[in-house]
Amino acid sequence: MRRPTRDRLVSLALLAPSVIVIAVFVYGFIAFSGYASLTRWDSLMPDFTFVGLRNYERLFAIPRFQIDLGNIVTFTGLFIPICLIVGFLLAVLLDQRVRGENLFRSIFLFPMAISAVVTGVAWRWMLDPGTAGGAHGVNALLDGAGLGFLKNGWYTDPAIGIKAVVIAAGWQMSGYAMAMYLAGLRSVPQELREAARIDGAGELGVYRHVVLPLLRPITLSAAIILGQIALNLFALVVSMTGPGPGFSTDVPALFMFETTFRASNFAQGAAIAMLMLVLVALLVVPYLIHTFRHEVRA
Amino acid sequence: MTAAVRTRSTIGSISVTRVLIYGALIVAAVFYLLPVYVLLVTGLKSFQEVSLARMWELPRGLGLESFVRAWAGDEAKGFTGLAGNFANSLLMAVPAALISAMLGSLNGYVFAKWRFPGSNALFTAFLIGLFIPYQSVLIPLVVTLQKMHLYGSIPGLIFVHVVYGIPITTLIFRNYYATVPGELIEAAKIDGASLLGIYRWILFPISVPAFVVTLIWQFTSIWNDFLFGVIVTSRPNVQPITVALNNLAGSFVVEWNVQMAGALIAALPTLLLYILLGRYFVRGLMAGSLKG
Repeated sequence: MRRPTRDRLVSLALLAPSVIVIAVFVYGFIAFSGYASLTRWDSLMPDFTFVGLRNYERLFAIPRFQIDLGNIVTFTGLFIPICLIVGFLLAVLLDQRVRGENLFRSIFLFPMAISAVVTGVAWRWMLDPGTAGGAHGVNALLDGAGLGFLKNGWYTDPAIGIKAVVIAAGWQMSGYAMAMYLAGLRSVPQELREAARIDGAGELGVYRHVVLPLLRPITLSAAIILGQIALNLFALVVSMTGPGPGFSTDVPALFMFETTFRASNFAQGAAIAMLMLVLVALLVVPYLIHTFRHEVRA
Repeated sequence: MTAAVRTRSTIGSISVTRVLIYGALIVAAVFYLLPVYVLLVTGLKSFQEVSLARMWELPRGLGLESFVRAWAGDEAKGFTGLAGNFANSLLMAVPAALISAMLGSLNGYVFAKWRFPGSNALFTAFLIGLFIPYQSVLIPLVVTLQKMHLYGSIPGLIFVHVVYGIPITTLIFRNYYATVPGELIEAAKIDGASLLGIYRWILFPISVPAFVVTLIWQFTSIWNDFLFGVIVTSRPNVQPITVALNNLAGSFVVEWNVQMAGALIAALPTLLLYILLGRYFVRGLMAGSLKG
């Protein structure tokens, strides 16, 4: 009977380093950032004088931060549905027993394997609008295809701003939704589709009434993951556009970076970070609760 | 007669649908490959040839000059090449991926096969680490790394990537080991095998697929990371390639063709892994979605 207790101790010893590290570097650090956001630490010299919510009040009064909040909401609101819709359509196409399925799937998914910095550098070059006289990049391509009316200033036009970044981000991440949906489609029992057809449903009806409802959990978890990626948007913006004209492509993560590590206003930076955490929590926590409730029931 | 006509028209409509399906797939494939085409074509051009207006045209000859300059740098213009940063990224991503896979394997083993009261809650606490915006830990992270004398160094980057890799690697291994039948473990216990013995002789030998998935996933994420790289390293000679590429692209003295060649160099290792071992990459992707 001594063996189980010894093994129990060994199991806890194996886990201990990770538990300590997660406790300190995730939870402890979040608590530290939360506390720092309530202090006067606005230079390289730490100053932990408690100032309450002053940094948050100031933050919401800064025009750049107001623009950032609008931008990240716009970005997330476009990025999630675009990735889901494009991903779903590609998955349905691939699910039609096509030749070269593996090749197509690999092509749609490869952008996920490269760095957002590479994506940013490539799309900055492609979406450079050029001058009035000579169209560049994608604009030149649109001219050539006789779609000149679609030409515009992309990320250099403050009216488009962050929406131009959605194109690059969608290019990089829609393959993820495709892979999720394809796995989901493959798990829909063929008999269910057959039964619906026998009941007189057309191909579209089968998707509408049988397949889509079964894919709902996948849509939900893909949307959450994509949303979390969107709210943390950083590297792509830095490498593609920077803050942009009138902060039209700026995001909270970039503002946090510049406030903290360029301007050394640590308390203000911590406040931005905590608000980012709240935004992500609003998205993820209900989902986690939902997931675990299901797991417990199962 | 009517039957024959109907059959033919059905065949006709089927082939129209097939044409539409392939047409849509090919258009989509062209869209996804467009940036690669631009990177390649621009990277292969000489400076005289490269201009935004002609970015879609093929180069006149195969010139590797831009790649050489992106790799080795140009002293006259005062920019160092990406070769050193490429090496930095390798020195960072390989050990970090190995260490975090090993840690994840041991954690996953305990969480899957040696449950204790509260172990599920603890596992959930680990998983939350997958979702947090890293901005919320950056300030204390920099302070702590400075205190540990790891700030601004490659070992510092390895440490950071191992720490924040724990949630995903633990998740992948825990889900993998959960599929191993409990009877196997129980039988080994009855034979007197210890916890470590069971890991060493039963689970570790069958863990190769999970290790491949985790190593590929971690190597790719760490190689592609920009945020930790830019926060933890400020001196160019220790920066990983993503940070160096961003600096290169933000510099006005470096021509477009060299920037594009640099981007391809930065993308190459993970792209090669993806081409060779793509199916393992997809499994890592699925594991990250909390689906077993």
